[in-house]
Amino acid sequence: MRDGAAAARWQARLTLGLLLAPALLWLGALIILPHADLAVLSFRERIAPRHYVPSLSQYKTFFLEPLYWHVFVHTAVMSVIATFMTLLLAFPVAWVIAKLARGRAGSLLFIVCLIPFWVSETVRTLGWMILLRESGVLPALLVKLHVTAEPVEFLYHDATIFVGLVYTSMLFMLVPLVSSLESLDNSLIEAAYDLGAGGLAILRTIVIPHAAPGITAGCIVVFMLTLGNYLTPTLLGGKDSQWFTEQIYAQFITRFNWEQGAAFGFLLLGLSSALVVVGLRLSGQRFGDVMRRT
Amino acid sequence: MSTADLVASAVVKRFADHTAVDALSFSVERGSFFSILGPSGCGKTTLLRMIAGFLAPDGGDIAIGGSSMAGIPPNRRPVNMVFQQLALFPMMNVGENVAYGLARRGINRAERMRRSAKMLERVGLSGAALKRVDELSGGQRQRVAIARSLVLEPTLLLLDEPLGALDLKLREHMKIELKQLQAAFGTTFVYITHDQSEALVLSDHVGVMNQGRFEQLGTPQDLYYRPQTPFVASFVGANNRIVGRCMSRDAQIAAITTADGWTIHALLHGPVGVGDPVEAFVRPEIATLARTAAELPAAQPHYSGEVQSVLFDGANSAVLVQETTTRREFRIALPQTGRFADLKPHDAIVFSFDPARAACYPARAGTAGQDA
Repeated sequence: MRDGAAAARWQARLTLGLLLAPALLWLGALIILPHADLAVLSFRERIAPRHYVPSLSQYKTFFLEPLYWHVFVHTAVMSVIATFMTLLLAFPVAWVIAKLARGRAGSLLFIVCLIPFWVSETVRTLGWMILLRESGVLPALLVKLHVTAEPVEFLYHDATIFVGLVYTSMLFMLVPLVSSLESLDNSLIEAAYDLGAGGLAILRTIVIPHAAPGITAGCIVVFMLTLGNYLTPTLLGGKDSQWFTEQIYAQFITRFNWEQGAAFGFLLLGLSSALVVVGLRLSGQRFGDVMRRT
Repeated sequence: MSTADLVASAVVKRFADHTAVDALSFSVERGSFFSILGPSGCGKTTLLRMIAGFLAPDGGDIAIGGSSMAGIPPNRRPVNMVFQQLALFPMMNVGENVAYGLARRGINRAERMRRSAKMLERVGLSGAALKRVDELSGGQRQRVAIARSLVLEPTLLLLDEPLGALDLKLREHMKIELKQLQAAFGTTFVYITHDQSEALVLSDHVGVMNQGRFEQLGTPQDLYYRPQTPFVASFVGANNRIVGRCMSRDAQIAAITTADGWTIHALLHGPVGVGDPVEAFVRPEIATLARTAAELPAAQPHYSGEVQSVLFDGANSAVLVQETTTRREFRIALPQTGRFADLKPHDAIVFSFDPARAACYPARAGTAGQDA
């Protein structure tokens, strides 16, 4: 009897191990190994060709050179604003999909939001460039409508970056929002209405507290994606868009300073995680709850 | 009608393919417990949602506390509702749930908490204010839902089958508690249910609803002892239903013969001519059971039969009898004296009932010839 039970337990463990193996391999080979290598890189300094010593100087550079942390703050602030803009735009859409559209209409709306993601991000961003550049569709239209005398250059502004970032992030905000709003029992809304609450009071006291984990999850995902986005700020904002990922790219590719690039990579990871923790504290959410409930 | 808290006049609600509420008029006296009893799909929920303001009637008017509610949204009506699934707010504790409506009226926090604590005390939940909703038992949640509404001192409290989700024992207990709460607060209650026992036990008046109309509106005693339609007779309480034709009538007592040739006598309700199809109803408790014909009341027609099965259920015990000539099933309540405690299947018995207490109605369209 006891032997049988032990064998069964061993078999269960083997099954679990085999099922987890692909994920663990993926995690180990593609995420942990490169990061370990980068971590080693970031903590050394080249003092002569092919001669390195352990050092913190790469990290020191970030804090001592104002350009770098200015760029980082600029990127973080823009990302926070873009995240809030995405939330404000996605919330009504999620409400319509989760609460107002019935059956097929709901899934149809969802597919409409999904379709742009069948095209690669590069092509989507280039599409925006075709629309917004000086010789593009929108400036030409404005001239034709006599709104402006000359074609206006819409590219290479912070506002253009926001347009691109919000557009790219919509779906990642929409998915957790829709699922958290769908789980809100309609009778709670009716009960609040019955007890004297108006639309805004219902939103503030019932809907947002219920959807808070979904809102937080969506915001974390969008914030991280935005902060780490390279293509959209570069293409829509131009070379001077001051996005932190561009600095990392420049260190690795242009300056061939891998040590500095690796240090910037870790700084981005650390600082953005710190910002997420601050955000969770401010909204009174717990990370585990957020991830479990969405 | 100055003391009526709720007056519905010719209220109509149509949905795409049917009329859910069909020109319904009634009024509910201040401080009374009014129930709307009906099977699912009879339109009672639609009616309740119109009173609460979640649906607008297509015709007619609903007046609450003497003023018309046309165009007034739910959050401005002097009406509160206890939802079927209670709909307590899980993101708030018990005290905040009860204080929710007060907060919406702009009452300050200290006063809110004081009134909410006082209300919780009145429903027997003092000290539960800081508990989470999911820490409460089913019956306690029920009381929180009622407290949350009553703290606003509504003219009318609507209850949408609030006992439906509870298990049997708790339901019996909550029935008594609801009646006591209503008596203590004196608020007008409008209660909807498909459970006739809830409606009979709780209410001062009951409207029996079927296909968007009231079949009968009266006291629980009226409905039970003087049902006006065959629907009420079969829906409220247990009944033996006998379908046949009226063969002759003597004053208000008709002789009814079934298709298989059994003749009984019952009091006529409604216009019935000789030869018309009719439905008769005999309550199990009006029939007298005996072992020999000599023990039966001499003035009543006697029938004989054989015990098919004994349905022992304490005070509600009954026996199913097969009538001798037609093998037809007939339910008779067992007297509480224990005189028939030794009754066994296949025992020969005799029975009779007072025709004046049995009711006979013109057969409803589409039901003639079917026994239930």
